[in-house]
Amino acid sequence: MEKHIQTPITQDLAVTLQAGDMVYISGTIYSARDAAHKRMFEALKKGESLPIPLTDNVIYYLGPSPAREGRPIGSAGPTTSGRMDKYTPQLLDKGLRGMIGKGKRTEAIKEAMIRNKAVYFAAIGGAGALLSKCITASEVIAYENLGTEAIRKLEVKDLPAIVVMDANGNCLYQ
Amino acid sequence: MKTIQTNKITEMIKEMCIEANYFLTEDMKHRLDASYTEETDPLGRQILSILQDNLKIAGEEMIPICQDTGMTVIFMEIGQDVHFEGGDLNAAIQEGVRQGYEEGYLRKSVVKDPIERVNTGDNTPAVIHYEIVPGDKVTITVAPKGFGSENMSRIFMLKPADGIEGVKNAILTAVKDAGPNACPPMVIGVGIGGTFEKAAILSKKALTRNVEERSDKEWVKALETEMLEKINALSIGPAGLGGHTTAFAVNIETYATHIAGLPVAVNICCHVNRHSKRSL
Ligand code: SF4
Repeated sequence: MEKHIQTPITQDLAVTLQAGDMVYISGTIYSARDAAHKRMFEALKKGESLPIPLTDNVIYYLGPSPAREGRPIGSAGPTTSGRMDKYTPQLLDKGLRGMIGKGKRTEAIKEAMIRNKAVYFAAIGGAGALLSKCITASEVIAYENLGTEAIRKLEVKDLPAIVVMDANGNCLYQ
Repeated sequence: MKTIQTNKITEMIKEMCIEANYFLTEDMKHRLDASYTEETDPLGRQILSILQDNLKIAGEEMIPICQDTGMTVIFMEIGQDVHFEGGDLNAAIQEGVRQGYEEGYLRKSVVKDPIERVNTGDNTPAVIHYEIVPGDKVTITVAPKGFGSENMSRIFMLKPADGIEGVKNAILTAVKDAGPNACPPMVIGVGIGGTFEKAAILSKKALTRNVEERSDKEWVKALETEMLEKINALSIGPAGLGGHTTAFAVNIETYATHIAGLPVAVNICCHVNRHSKRSL
């Protein structure tokens, strides 16, 4: 089914999304990939607070290419999600509702998603030029020294993605 | 003897880094268009059409095809009658990469040390493969390589008794494991023979070959064709969401090997199989 959804995503909305749904996401989301996940994981371990709000929010596994003058962002497609698996269950337990990436996840992620009623979306890998057109604003809000890996607050409009793992543990990848 | 100024090499590498990240070669584009026509899975078709649009937007609006603009792999074929002037050739190549990634708004994706992981800030160093050939020409291939697919690449040190069936198995295993992570439709570069490192370099080089031309060795050509059919029968499909178009091509390169060995390297590339080639 095709659905237009707006962030933040509540638990009630999350459970209506099913593996196989084509969704168009609008609203505020946050980008974070390998290095930012490692830092957030370490911050949590030390009992520090995180630079982004997790509850009902969505993280996009993205490290964009630099923006040309007058544009919000450069090429902006998903990176492989599996590399974030080590750090993700903890973020889900802290309220993270959605993840946008590409590729397979571990069983531990599936369990944490069911436990927390979260959704995993796949954006189309290698379609960074097209996906960048769905991002209307981008601002680095944390870990600036990580360059492309810094955490960005993004405004998105109708970002196309497919629900590959839903809150009930169904998975589209074979 | 021909004399080439190294600053000319810098200039060329810079332009080629940019070109490779915004435009695919004609054969790659043609395979993408043909797959769209051939694909029967509705979601697969939809994704292929998004990839066609993506490629168009990239070239027209100068947005890199993919945000992972890769680690830069460069093949330098240098004629033995060429003489370089104007400084260190290696440094001139790295300077070209530095300028290309800066001026081309390309992502800097290289860390200085694999464990300490601090970004070098300019996408250098590139990985450079030199080959000395007869004549007075220099042929440069710049191939930025994304790591979603690079990470799914494999090397298998098979035994001679494993034979061609072992090779087929190795290729299929690597592709199955890669699945959606490697941004299918993939291009599969395979190196068979040589030593451990020779097989790996051959597999990388295979990716820079035209995806619509088959090997001129009979058994290799047959293997390329058979493996593409088998891979597309896996139904991984575009973006790994099902469909026939799992790979655009299987390109295989071979080399002599040792009486005790059968190395097989499988270098997986995504649909953004980039390379720019020029001679001077
Ligand atoms: S695997 Fe290829 S298409 Fe996918 S993100 Fe990496 S470079 Fe881009």
